[in-house]
Amino acid sequence: MTRSHPADVLVTGLGAVTPLGATLAETWAALLSGASGARRLTEDWAAELPVRIAATVPVDLNVAIDPALARTLDRSQQLAICAADEAWTDAGAPDVDPERLAVVVSTGIGGVTTLLEQYDALRDRGPRRVSPFTVPRIMPNGPAAAVGLRLGARAGVHAPVSACASGAEAIALALDLIRAGRADVVVCGGTEAAVSPLPMAAFAAMRALSTRNEEPQAASRPFDKQRDGFVLGEGAGVLVLERGEHALARGRRGHARLVGAGVSNDAHHVAAPDPSGAGAARAMTLALRDADLAPVDVAHVNAHATSTPAGDVAESRAIRSALGAAADGVAVTATKSGTGHLLGAAGAVEAAFTVLAIGAGIVPAIRNLDDPDDDVALDVVRVAPRTMAVPVALSNSFGFGGHNVALAFAAAA
Amino acid sequence: MTSTEILARFAAVVEEVVGIPARDVTPTKSFTDDLDIDSLSMVEIATAAEDAFGVTIPDSVLGDLRTVADAVDFITRAGVAA
Repeated sequence: MTRSHPADVLVTGLGAVTPLGATLAETWAALLSGASGARRLTEDWAAELPVRIAATVPVDLNVAIDPALARTLDRSQQLAICAADEAWTDAGAPDVDPERLAVVVSTGIGGVTTLLEQYDALRDRGPRRVSPFTVPRIMPNGPAAAVGLRLGARAGVHAPVSACASGAEAIALALDLIRAGRADVVVCGGTEAAVSPLPMAAFAAMRALSTRNEEPQAASRPFDKQRDGFVLGEGAGVLVLERGEHALARGRRGHARLVGAGVSNDAHHVAAPDPSGAGAARAMTLALRDADLAPVDVAHVNAHATSTPAGDVAESRAIRSALGAAADGVAVTATKSGTGHLLGAAGAVEAAFTVLAIGAGIVPAIRNLDDPDDDVALDVVRVAPRTMAVPVALSNSFGFGGHNVALAFAAAA
Repeated sequence: MTSTEILARFAAVVEEVVGIPARDVTPTKSFTDDLDIDSLSMVEIATAAEDAFGVTIPDSVLGDLRTVADAVDFITRAGVAA
């Protein structure tokens, strides 16, 4: 059974903008319906790339955000603002002392689109035509700074960077900030907007991307025998974490509680996962220990599972290793099958999905999981969402650099 | 080009760069206090104005352009000098 942590940290707000929708609600509905956010890239710049599919956000950000603000921001920052606005509103725009409000918003890659555009301006039109907003647009803390400025957060604005684990690591850091007494409310998450020629070519050069160019919506297929890499996606996810007493004092019980976080590193290879999954298992074990929970308490895991041949099997082993026999009773989903891989935003968007799964009592199905890999010994949810009680769930995120982060959420008390 | 024409064209540049309606870009307006244009956006406006008018606005001058009238006067004089 779940037990309350001495200082509960509640998730009082959620927001996301993803290839599946302009809001978290739209995204969640599309995810449960089994939709895919992937598409063919018909833009001219993609014509010569080996991979010409991606999952892009179907929103005009110059309409979603005040254009005067939007023009000063990189796309990754615009997406972060969209998700943060939604989460903040969802939390009821808490009345919090600005000196007790912190922001932790990460990105895996940052303002790469701006970097490339401004390099073109430098090369074609000279140094005086480089935008004075280039530096704030490309700096890795830019999205955190943009959100911090918008909310007037004065307790600290942070941007831990750990590639595709960044969004989850941001949430883990936010938990630490509240537990350490440095903030009452933390707006945390991740963002990414790297669907652009150089990142596409670079991930393709690593052989990390699916080359299923003719079937974009069948390309992201975590745990399936025919998987051949991930589908690059963009978007942002933001959670509002709040010290329990602070939330309860204003009548908010929260969507769920963030009860633990586990962080580890493989120290194995800069990009390839440790095949044993030992580091990832340790992150899950640490998250459960932090939450004072046992493997048998876990009902659901939102896997990192990006649809790469090596990564998915390593994670399957990791889940087995961390949960032991209790893994038999754990419903595992892999939502990148619908959203694509949102890199630095993935951990935050998937944390939001995990919170919704707890609240709604439903686990989304893994799209395209037609024929599970023989080496995947997990209860994978496929074909249709599963209605079930989800008192406790884990959300896994791993990143190039060997980073592993597991977040443990529990139902609101 | 008359001062009136320069003002109209400059106001259009401001609208194009920062999205403030040209009709609000009137001579007595302060860039920072009235139009809420920050120093980075002023650099962008200056660059766009250089393109629009074929003049050079040195950095040493940029900080002295406090109002719309200051900018129009500078462009007018720079145009005459050219």
